[in-house]
Formats: sequence, C-alpha cells, structure tokens
Amino acid sequence: MDFSPEPRVQHLLHLGDNALILGQKLSEWCGHGPVLEQDIAIINTALDHLGQARMLLQHAAKHMSDEWDEDRLAFFRTERQFYNFLMLELPNGDWAKTLLRQFLFDTYNFLQYEWMLESSDPGLKAIAGKAIKEIGYHVQYSAEWVIRLGDGTEESHLRSQNALDELWPYIGEFFESDGFSEIASAQSTAPLPESLRSPWFEKVDEVLSEAGLKAPELGRFRSGGRRGMHTEHMGYILADMQYLPRLYPQAKW
Amino acid sequence: MKPELRLRITAVLETVSDPEIPVLSVLDLGIVREIGGSDSEPEITITPTYSGCPAMDTIEADIRSALLEAGFDRVSIKTVLEPAWTTDWMSEAGRQKLEAYGIAPPSGSSSDKRSLFGKAPEVRCPRCKSLHTLRLSAFGSTPCKALYRCEDCLEPFDSFKCI
Repeated sequence: MDFSPEPRVQHLLHLGDNALILGQKLSEWCGHGPVLEQDIAIINTALDHLGQARMLLQHAAKHMSDEWDEDRLAFFRTERQFYNFLMLELPNGDWAKTLLRQFLFDTYNFLQYEWMLESSDPGLKAIAGKAIKEIGYHVQYSAEWVIRLGDGTEESHLRSQNALDELWPYIGEFFESDGFSEIASAQSTAPLPESLRSPWFEKVDEVLSEAGLKAPELGRFRSGGRRGMHTEHMGYILADMQYLPRLYPQAKW
Repeated sequence: MKPELRLRITAVLETVSDPEIPVLSVLDLGIVREIGGSDSEPEITITPTYSGCPAMDTIEADIRSALLEAGFDRVSIKTVLEPAWTTDWMSEAGRQKLEAYGIAPPSGSSSDKRSLFGKAPEVRCPRCKSLHTLRLSAFGSTPCKALYRCEDCLEPFDSFKCI
C-alpha cells in the first residue's frame, strides 16, 4: 500500500500514534494493578487513549488514499511508519515508572491539546475539545501519584527518583521540531513544540518539588520517534498488537 | 420534518437506554444532538460521552434497531464530536433517575475543571443523602464514573464524573 502522508497528515499520525502506543502499553496493566481501584483507573486511562487514537487515525485517514482507514493504520503500518515519542514505547517498569511517565507526558499532552482547542484544522479542533477534558483528568491523577510516591516511603522515593533519571533523557524529544511539526505550526494546526517547553517545565518543576524529586540535567537526549526511528522495544509492541489482524486480515470483531 | 414525526421519533428514543446505565435513555444522557433529515429518511445526530466509550457502537445499533422496529425503514445516524458532550447536558429527569438508581449524579458545572489540582466537588450519597463522602478512586466501573464511599452509612457508590 502506498504510504506517503503529507506533513499535516504526518502530524495527525504522530498524535494518533502517541495515543495508540501509550494505550497499548497501559493495557498491559490490566489484571496486574497494585490494587483493584488502581487497576481500573489505569485501564480507564488506556481506554481514553485508545478512543483518542481512533478519532485521530480516522481523521488522518480522511486525508489519505482510500485504502487506509483507522484499522489499517493501526495494524498494517510497519515500525518506520509510526511517529510516536520514544518514551511511550518504553517498558512500563513498576507503578512508579508508569505513573511518572504518565505525568511527564500528560502535562505535555494537556498543553498541546489546550493549544489545539484553537487549531485551524476544524477536525483536530473538535477532537481537542473532546480530549482535553479527559487529559485534564489524567494529569490530576498522575500528578497525585508522583507526589504520593516521591514523598512516600524511602523505597517509593528511591524508585520514583530512579524512574525519573531513566525517563528524563526522553523528554528532549517533546520540544524538538521536525519538518512536519514546523509545517503544522506554520499552518496553525498545532503549536510549535519548542513553545511548550517553558509552561511544561513550570508545571513539572512544581510537582517534582512537592514530591521531593530532583530532575537531572538535560544533556544529550534520545530522539527519533517523530521520524519513525524507534527503540528496540517498538518491534515487540507491534508484533503483539498486529499479530491477529495480520494473520487473519478478514477477521471481524 | 413534520412535527408529529419528530414527536414519534422522540418517543422511540425515550425507549433506547444506555447499555451500561439502563435507567437512562439516550435523551436523558444528552447524547442526541439533533433529530433531522427528511420525512422519508430521518437523521439522528449523536455525540460520544468519552472518546473511548465502548458503549457508543452499541448505542448506535440500538437506536437504529428501535427506529426500524417502529417502522422507520431508512434511518441515518451521524456522530459529531463538536461541541463536545458535557455532563451539563444531562437532563434533570436523568439526574433524578441516576440518584434513584444508586449513582450520584454529576454535581456542579463542568466548566471549571481546567486546573492541575481541581478542587473536588461535593458529592451526595445517593442512599442516605449525606454530603460526608470520600472519593476512593478517581475512576470507576465505566469511564464516566468515579468510586466513592459514604462516611455516614458506609456504603460504597459510583458517582458520575463531572466533565
């Protein structure tokens, strides 16, 4: 199948893939949450991400050739054709790492969707209006957990700090511009990634300081997700997620 | 569309309930945005509550089959995202039915939920009506609910999230 999305569609795929891959990763917690209520909470969050992914991929498919639809985009693209952030494809780790990743990304997501409430793309604007309420709920939840664990026991603090050190090299990518994000921003469909940097640090610093966690220096960082260059973890996610529809392409739910 | 036809369709929609919360009709829930189209092919416009709400596909199928049964052979159903659904659209009758069913209805207005640490709204126990309640979890048995416990009658209950 011909896959040559124009820049604004690449941007929609980037947003959709962030939601899809994170939703897929969070689903792994199903039946494994630390207590029942938190199991339900994280799976509800996964469901919100999958719902947002569906809307975004449907919207992207409208601007692509007829052979693409939301399911084909999710299940029949190859690794290099996914544009999600690398942080979202990392293994979940323990509860502290999962919730810390949620918090770092939720905060970013909240800021970018807040901006997209005024997007020049009417479809994206409508999706943002729907998604922002869910993301607002997510960020409250993840921020509460970061504080609870960072400011909790010696063990929970240590695990949270380790998770922060491990995830931090992946935040640089959030604020990096690429060909399509510059075009999306020039067309006023989405914010310039760099413009989210200072409000993001402001919110994140506030919560980390309340949690007693210390962000490391941001030196060299990992990037490539927006260009389809992924970590070694991505192939396993796709193998898991795409196995069934690829084996039985005509299968109906 | 003729007014009597619209009334007939409305009466049919009153009978279509949310599969997860059977006491609420799709009209009570506020997800039917418009009854339009032509006399020969009415068009029902609906909007999802949550982006990932798994009940939406069922709701669409239920609306279609209820109208077919009522004699509307051709029906189209359109989904719109904008304006986004809010709990403010739930009818007063819907709120009362929810409370009677044991689910605390959404309290307050949905428009003030933008801060990082929103102040929790007051939630009334649907059983003993006490305001002395505790949120056990921000998430509940479906995407639209949170889990609470009453500190007076000690019963746990679901509360409809206010978004």
